[in-house]
Amino acid sequence: MTAQAEADVAAVKPPLLELRSVSKRFVRSLDVVSRMANLLGSHVREEVIHAVDRVNMTVRDREVVGLVGESGCGKSTLGRLAIGLLAPSEGERYWRGASLAGLAPATARKQQLKMQMIFQDPYASLNPRMRVIDIVGEGPVVHGLIGPTQQTEYVALQLNRVGLDPTLMRRFPHQFSGGQRARIGIARALAVKPEFMVCDESVAALDVSIQAQVLNLFMDLQAALGLTYLFISHDLRVVRHISDRLVIMYLGREVESGPTAEVFATPNHPYTQALLAEVGKLEPKKRSFVPVKGEIPSPLSPPSGCHFHPRCPYAMVKCRQTAPPLVKIGPGRWSACYLNDVAFG
Amino acid sequence: MAATALLDIQGLDTWFFTRAGIVKAVNDVSFSIGPGEVLGLVGESGSGKSMTGYSIMGLVDPPGRIVGGKIIFKGRDLVGMSAEEMRQLRGNRIAMVFQDPMMTLNPVLRIDVQMIEAILAHERVSRAAALDRSREALTKVGIPSPESRLRAYPHQFSGGMRQRVAIAIALLNRPDLVIADEPTTALDVTIQGQILFEMQTLTRETGAALIWITHDLSVIAGLADRVCVMYAGRIVEQGTTVDVLAAPRHPYTRGLLDSVPGNSAARQRLRQIPGMTPSLLELPPGCAFRTRCPRAAAKCEQDPEMRQLGSGDQSVRCFYPLEAQ
Repeated sequence: MTAQAEADVAAVKPPLLELRSVSKRFVRSLDVVSRMANLLGSHVREEVIHAVDRVNMTVRDREVVGLVGESGCGKSTLGRLAIGLLAPSEGERYWRGASLAGLAPATARKQQLKMQMIFQDPYASLNPRMRVIDIVGEGPVVHGLIGPTQQTEYVALQLNRVGLDPTLMRRFPHQFSGGQRARIGIARALAVKPEFMVCDESVAALDVSIQAQVLNLFMDLQAALGLTYLFISHDLRVVRHISDRLVIMYLGREVESGPTAEVFATPNHPYTQALLAEVGKLEPKKRSFVPVKGEIPSPLSPPSGCHFHPRCPYAMVKCRQTAPPLVKIGPGRWSACYLNDVAFG
Repeated sequence: MAATALLDIQGLDTWFFTRAGIVKAVNDVSFSIGPGEVLGLVGESGSGKSMTGYSIMGLVDPPGRIVGGKIIFKGRDLVGMSAEEMRQLRGNRIAMVFQDPMMTLNPVLRIDVQMIEAILAHERVSRAAALDRSREALTKVGIPSPESRLRAYPHQFSGGMRQRVAIAIALLNRPDLVIADEPTTALDVTIQGQILFEMQTLTRETGAALIWITHDLSVIAGLADRVCVMYAGRIVEQGTTVDVLAAPRHPYTRGLLDSVPGNSAARQRLRQIPGMTPSLLELPPGCAFRTRCPRAAAKCEQDPEMRQLGSGDQSVRCFYPLEAQ
């Protein structure tokens, strides 16, 4: 997409969902002992985790955005912020250009239906005491999309769509395999006719052959229903396969984003380069594994400046002092690295 | 091969006698591994790959039991060996690295205590010498400031560091064979790369043979000399990594390779294997894969035997193997 076309798109049609500089901080408040200690003159501070630190994100209609990062980078938190499961500490959310803050309760509830989430664990995310017909059918009935008498018929339709046998709808979740449960989770999300789905590691727990089936289902559903996905994963192969655009996070910050193919072809940020170097290839060739040095720092005490600098092979003095801003490095491509100043400045 | 083999498994059967019926977790598994060789054992959950590893280690718990076959390690059959003899071997000549390092590490003991214990269990050396060796082992697996880390408890380590400690303990007594059961699955990608790097250099240095159990074919691709693909308790294909990954002959191996995203063009439908892994309690008679197999015919209701293809090292358990490309 050229810069002009991009500007046109932005001018004519606001993105489906836009996050403007959202942050999420988790604070562990002090317990009684620490508060007493503070009264007596010690300085015990509250623990604050910046799970998401001023992230901007736009998701356009019918786009699949892949959100990648390692554990603790805030990708799940960002997913939850996006659909409103968590309230941001700062920043705003916009749906088709309209702010989502301060909606009347009834409007907010209706709005919420348009965004659904598919969770990682196909075991923990289904109520073991509910039958499939209720798991999938409760939402649409409660929200008045269908009448109670239509439930059986409607659930059968939903199950068919995700490739499950509707005659199994009176069973409980434990009677299904992992792949089937993933499909139940998808059917439940689809039952309320959402436009936007956040898939949080939705295929991570599945075996390779089942994972392929579920990925195919995601793609089929997108084509059939015109869905938009935010696809959160740590598996770069999955993300590469399914997403149009990629956002890479490291310790709460966005470090790079751009069209998937371009990011894979020419990764800009050193962290992205390191991540992509680890993508498993199926070429049967003995290779020497060259590791990225160092560990992922604790989000409780992230390094100063650029969070990646202790592990970065190109780290400069500047990187230790201030965080590099996210700058445009090409059409639709952004990266937060001082090396670009050297290259483009 | 058999003459020089470090470990030679012949027709291993590990069955579980459950109330619901007999589960043949490992069913007629045969393979061998030479000194210094890296063997990849690939399969999906329930394929019996981990249970094969546990059988070698003598760690099969009731209601499971090794009911048949031989596990010849350095000329001795491990099946039917006494518990005491097995204990002498385990952690000494054969070591295992588990998926969850907390399974290996005792949460209430310091790292140095656990490492010294592992050395003294098999050797008569002074505690000081054992401590020196422990420190050296931690350095080798890339743990910074090993001196102070020796005095830490497992919970004070991150996941990747814990796995390094587990690897260090496994390699303490310079084992001849290391069995690694998905040691990188629970780790982040960059950390996974580090662990693979450590394991690769360490086994190369010590000349230990390595059995790498995983569901991830791409890890095997860069690491293993030979591959065994397991399905529903059986080895369905076996051969050199190059042969099996470049020209798989069993329809299941082909399907597994096609299922991995990232090989085919982006946004295209993946070629999936239809259906799901059958329950080991209700295996169809004959080839277990035939209900999902595009090539299945009437003959597949009989049990296919493992047979060699051509003159090479590749063998497959299929009546209608795919053509070599």
